Amino acid sequence: MNMEYILETRGLVKEFKGFTAVAGVDLKVRRGSIHALIGPNGAGKTTVFNLLTKFLEPTRGAIVYRGQDITWRRPAQVARMGLVRSFQISAVFPHLSVRDNVRVALQRASGKSFHFWRSERSLDGLNDRVMALLDEVDLRSFADVVTVELPYGRKRALELATTLAVDPELLLLDEPTSGMGHEDVGRVTELIRRVAQQRTVLMVEHNLSLVANLSDRITVLQHGSVLAEGSYAEISSNPQVMEAYMGNAA
Amino acid sequence: MTFDRTRLGFIALVAAGLVAPYLIYPVFLMKGLCFALFACAFNLLLGYTGLLSFGHAAFFGSAAYLSGHVIKELGVPPEVGILIGTLLGLGLGLIFGSLAIRRQGIYFAMITLALAQMVFFLCLQIKETGGEDGLQGIPRGRLFGAIDLSDTLTMYYFVLAVFLIGFFFIYRVVHSPFGQVLKAIRENEPRAISLGYDTDRFKLIAFVLSAGLSGLAGATKALVFQLASLTDVHWQMSGEVVLMALVGGVGTIYGPLAGAFIIVTMQNYLSGFGSWVTIIMGCVFVACVLLFRKGVVGELSGLLTRR
Ligand SMILES: Nc1ncnc2c1ncn2[C@@H]1O[C@H](COP(=O)(O)OP(=O)(O)O)[C@@H](O)[C@H]1O
Ligand SMILES: [Mg+2]
Repeated sequence: MNMEYILETRGLVKEFKGFTAVAGVDLKVRRGSIHALIGPNGAGKTTVFNLLTKFLEPTRGAIVYRGQDITWRRPAQVARMGLVRSFQISAVFPHLSVRDNVRVALQRASGKSFHFWRSERSLDGLNDRVMALLDEVDLRSFADVVTVELPYGRKRALELATTLAVDPELLLLDEPTSGMGHEDVGRVTELIRRVAQQRTVLMVEHNLSLVANLSDRITVLQHGSVLAEGSYAEISSNPQVMEAYMGNAA
Repeated sequence: MTFDRTRLGFIALVAAGLVAPYLIYPVFLMKGLCFALFACAFNLLLGYTGLLSFGHAAFFGSAAYLSGHVIKELGVPPEVGILIGTLLGLGLGLIFGSLAIRRQGIYFAMITLALAQMVFFLCLQIKETGGEDGLQGIPRGRLFGAIDLSDTLTMYYFVLAVFLIGFFFIYRVVHSPFGQVLKAIRENEPRAISLGYDTDRFKLIAFVLSAGLSGLAGATKALVFQLASLTDVHWQMSGEVVLMALVGGVGTIYGPLAGAFIIVTMQNYLSGFGSWVTIIMGCVFVACVLLFRKGVVGELSGLLTRR
């Protein structure tokens, strides 16, 4: 078992009816690091996430997580192994309260989730943990609010708290700050830094200053292939990357 | 505070159930209660899991036939007959569920409908069901060998007890740790998966529970009217239960109860219009959906909480 890398992909390919969205990606994520996956829109970043978390099956290639081949596992199974994702478009349970959003994530580990004959008060033991997690994202005062009523930035923060509730080992964040205001971005940046102290984070992010700030390593994706990989300094001085980005952003 | 309100609601429900037969024709009430249980069972799926089944008549109707058959032909006591009908609902639910649960949205509805049609044709073919005549003259018998159910009022209280057991069971499921996961699946299934839940297993269990309770409702109905007929397994029955849940309020505890009584009342009052009933009901349904988007109970509780 390779202890240095928590996640590796080998020749990962995903074709959609002849269109190749991911074209042979070899990715190595070092345990304990913050690894950023960047690239222009349509580069295949979200598709890579979907492949890693088994929401999509790869056309070819292999995925190795903690030394185990997980290429053909089911999505809930890899989630239980600690490989947990967030979604590019905020994924919350809109008509549950903020508290229940976090608690439903926490309750899985309690082993009571199939108990249909018990009162939900049997979950009250989780309430302190719920509040502690809400504190982490400054949502304690919103605990009883129905989630649809939260502003967008708060929903993303809640999503993060929910993800943390399942205590992931490898956290995949798909554009965690998209659609957020300035102050929220700062808060989320700090939060990611904090949670990454005990975990590995792989994130897709468009905010390059955040990427520069947080990441140990960066992989640049373009047209489904790895264009470059390295530290922020290396990446930002790479002429091909400059061109890919300028060509797109301009 | 919400707890007290819930308890108050329950007390009011039980009290209303106890006095109702002195004010309203008991046979009508029994019919309403059977369909209310059916609609509540259906709502466990549509309202709390987000699954639209279009085949629930299969559980309701086949349970009516089987319990009627074992009571009439094999002479089992009524409570055993109803239990056997419920078990058939559970078993059929497991089969339907296993085949359909992986499908999403309209495909799920189509598969449940197709399977229910197979059950319908089976019921049409085999001679034990009595074909077009149905299974008639099912004796009500003696409950636990002691209580004579041929007395209308006694029968009513038995039906009320069955309904309340089913109703409180559904309430418990909805407000259990399991129910929390169901609601999460209804709200955002990919997210529930990404938190590590095998959502198909949760949906399957919900489906089987719902089917079993529908069987309970159908078997009880057969005993009330001493009749099981093709109407009970027909696809229109599957449609009617959707209607009841929608009119009353999907995803509310009391909605399907209200919806069932509204529909049953309409059928009673409109029966003089013959085949026009369907059209009138259709219009009422459209009006309801347009006016009360969350159903009658959903809108009412919305008004109350806004105060
Ligand atoms: N389910 C799908 N079917 C067909 N094409 C898809 C599907 N998902 C993504 N794609 C295509 O794959 C490419 C990569 O998409 P995506 O991974 O979402 O890019 P990114 O997240 O880097 O912006 C895009 O061209 C997109 O249109
Ligand atoms: Mg994307």
